[in-house]
Amino acid sequence: MGAEFVMLSLTPLVIGVLAALACALPGNFLLLRRQALIGDAISHVVLPGIVVAFLLSGRVAAVPMMLGAGGAALVSVALIEVIRRLGRIEPGAAMGVVFTAMFAGGVLLLEQSAASGVHLDVQHALYGNLESLIWLDGDGWGALLDGQALSGLPPELTRMAVVALAVVLFTAVFWRALVIATFDEGFARTLGLPVRALSLALVAVAAMAAVAAFDAVGSIIVIAMFICPPAAARLMTDRMGGQVAWSVGFATLSAILGYVLAGYGPLWLGYESAVSAAGMIATVSGVILALAALAGPRRRGIAPM
Amino acid sequence: MLWQALGLGLGYNATLVTLGAAMLGIAAGATGVFLYLARRALVSDAIGHATLPGVVAGFLVMVAFGGEGRFLPGLMLGAALSAGLGLACVSWLTARTRLHEDAAIGAVLSVFFGAGVVLLTVVQVLETGRQAGLETFLLGATAGMLRAEALSIAAGGAAVLALVVLLRRPMVLVAFDPEHAAGQGINLRAVDLAMMGLALAITVVGLKVVGVVLIVALLIIPPVAARLWSERVGTVVLLAGGIGGLSGYFGAALSATAPDLPTGPLIVLASFALFTFSLLFAPARGVVAAGLRHWRFQRRVHLRQGLLALASGQPVYEPLTLRLMRGRGLVRPDGVATDKGRAWAARARLDERRWHMLRSLPEFEAAAARHDGLSPLSEVLTPDQIAALDHHLGPEGAL
Amino acid sequence: MALELVRDKPIDQSPLAIRGLTVSYGEKPAVFSVDVSFRAGQMTAIVGPNGAGKSTLLKAALGILHPLSGQVTAFGAPLDRVRARIAYVPQRASVDWEFPARVIDVVMMGLYRDLGLLGHIRARHRARAMESLARVGMEGFASRQIGQLSGGQQQRVFLARALVQGADLYLLDEPFAGVDAATERAIIGVLKGLRDDGRTVVAVHHDLATVPAYFDRAFLLNITAIAEGPVAEVMTEANLRAAYGGRLGPAQQAV
Repeated sequence: MGAEFVMLSLTPLVIGVLAALACALPGNFLLLRRQALIGDAISHVVLPGIVVAFLLSGRVAAVPMMLGAGGAALVSVALIEVIRRLGRIEPGAAMGVVFTAMFAGGVLLLEQSAASGVHLDVQHALYGNLESLIWLDGDGWGALLDGQALSGLPPELTRMAVVALAVVLFTAVFWRALVIATFDEGFARTLGLPVRALSLALVAVAAMAAVAAFDAVGSIIVIAMFICPPAAARLMTDRMGGQVAWSVGFATLSAILGYVLAGYGPLWLGYESAVSAAGMIATVSGVILALAALAGPRRRGIAPM
Repeated sequence: MLWQALGLGLGYNATLVTLGAAMLGIAAGATGVFLYLARRALVSDAIGHATLPGVVAGFLVMVAFGGEGRFLPGLMLGAALSAGLGLACVSWLTARTRLHEDAAIGAVLSVFFGAGVVLLTVVQVLETGRQAGLETFLLGATAGMLRAEALSIAAGGAAVLALVVLLRRPMVLVAFDPEHAAGQGINLRAVDLAMMGLALAITVVGLKVVGVVLIVALLIIPPVAARLWSERVGTVVLLAGGIGGLSGYFGAALSATAPDLPTGPLIVLASFALFTFSLLFAPARGVVAAGLRHWRFQRRVHLRQGLLALASGQPVYEPLTLRLMRGRGLVRPDGVATDKGRAWAARARLDERRWHMLRSLPEFEAAAARHDGLSPLSEVLTPDQIAALDHHLGPEGAL
Repeated sequence: MALELVRDKPIDQSPLAIRGLTVSYGEKPAVFSVDVSFRAGQMTAIVGPNGAGKSTLLKAALGILHPLSGQVTAFGAPLDRVRARIAYVPQRASVDWEFPARVIDVVMMGLYRDLGLLGHIRARHRARAMESLARVGMEGFASRQIGQLSGGQQQRVFLARALVQGADLYLLDEPFAGVDAATERAIIGVLKGLRDDGRTVVAVHHDLATVPAYFDRAFLLNITAIAEGPVAEVMTEANLRAAYGGRLGPAQQAV
């Protein structure tokens, strides 16, 4: 399966794994801050961000799309905060108001603009198209050493790799501050930590991960990548480092297993074509969470002694 | 064309669809109030997304039995079953593991949606060459909707609304204070199930019009907007129904005017517009009113602090205090008190001394609870009571 | 009669000086126009009935809440310049004790200003953390999951986290709420040790009966300031009546 695997499956697989990683890392902190649904909100507003960026710049290019989506994520978080405070509205409901409205706006803009004809369409936005990110020049494992073939790698791969690296760096550099501010915000303030800036940065990083993953898995399945691996990890351990390690493992496993099942599962059952890899990755991450919820050593939480 | 649509002049079918969407909006708005008051608004997001695998599975089952896959009641039954399973998963994860409800909601909505997408691709594989058209369930579409479908949506909405009216009392009690409600002999589980069941019913009924991704907005936005106008549950339910109904009506009518105007997003945006208006201008909790109140309140605080500082010869610590005192002619630009300033300061000091005395007297306990350092005593006590208080204050009370 | 504006210059050299502080939730002041300077090298209790704004005052003084008006200085300087000299022990209930961390991890959080973002944890840091734990009698629990601790033990861990900061001013929010008698004794012993060491301790306290035994000074608060000074001078019947009104029980009046 060498050459065919490299050409058709290697890049989607790597992109899937990187996307799952980039989302799971900030997902751990969002989960512990009881902001799991911020991931939900962010991933929904990526769509209007991308469409607006397209309308303003007139092209489908990585940088404007990233900026647009990142901007939309920050706008949505600011709006949620404004609505929550000014209207004294419960955060969950404020979130629901903002992201549904922004998503609806994005869909409408998309349908009304030329964007739908060029590259984006609504279904793509909802569940991505991981399988299309193939490497035509990758005609065998040897291509990995061939400069010319490498230049034919899908740009989404580079983008995802850069973003995943940035997410890893952010998590590593701000680890200590993030942990303190997540555990005890008031205490963090008395240490002089910029608590507000930190939580905005966390949202921005999550948004970046969501945009990069958007191409591959769309705006809804990305929520599974934010929430399921960290949630499953939460049921496995009581150590922060351990939790992040488990979540990374679960994210990788979901991506690989999901991709393989989607691509080869139907063949094993005697059907010709594959099913949605992104959907299968989300499903597998859900199955992992279910197993952790049934048998994870720390599923019940801690009873005081 | 727009006015025609709003005036229901675009033909019998379009009119039916618009009225059906309005009915749906009314029922969804009223139902959503109880979820919002119970602080569980986003559970409906999980319900919405969790319908997708059911819709597609329903289609597959009906096709497998040789039927017409797009038969709406069949798809709705599938949607209800899988959304019910999704709800059960949320409750199970929340009750049986250490995960909080937000994580459970996010996990269920995304995993069920992912599974639905997998099934959608299965349909595409099986249906080579023939479009099943199930994609319209993602974002909703009313174009080409059958008369019977529009009627069943309106009827479904009306049925849910009737149930909401019937069950409103126990639902309010439970949403407000579950423990107290349980103490009154209300079966919490049953009421919770009813609340979720109604949300589920609305979701299933509205699926075709608004779609799985955005149906949650119908249950959240109108109640949140309505809550800004009133503190009374009954009024909030009525208003939420009204806002939801208007949103459904405008959204569906607008969408009928052009082919590429998707219904679901338009309904959501219509309700968001009403929400924005409410957030800004609602008199009770709107931003403009609250901002004005805060502005006045801050000035009251600074002025009172300035007067007390003046009376006791202490400095003030904020420029705003001094500015306000100058602006009202209470002190001269160089900070020296005017006659008016002296009089006001003496009054503030007397008020403060009276409060101090009042708080140590048992007979004024009820009034003492209203002490906030700011309210003049004359707002709390009658002149006779103040005279009685001054009696305790003794001769130096008059200062 | 004249009004002078005092701004951006030290109010006094007190470890914590609060002037004209008003904090409000919505449109009801929780704390109104409070002036108070806490005495250096002394233990002061902030006392008052429920809802008197005791915790609010502390949080606003630390910049955790934003006041409507007022000025706070510590050691004669703006708060942000002297953060390193202040340690805060929040209410135990303010955090999620299911958080994935061990006792030692929480205590290490107190070393953040020394370690910075990426500083390597060295043996001396670990030793300081262990020493702090030993001072509150928790050295045997260093690798215990924080959720497994009893309420009193959790409170001691919070105190250890403050101790490791090596601060000059310790601000504690209800340190004795819901803790066992042994923990209460242990905590008060540590606090008195700090005082004897020349540090300043300010604690929100709700039990009038123990104020004279535990503290040197008291600050009586009920939205507005009532009195501040040595315990015996502050806890007079008149002052307590002014703070508690008719809500004062006979046992507490006997103090």
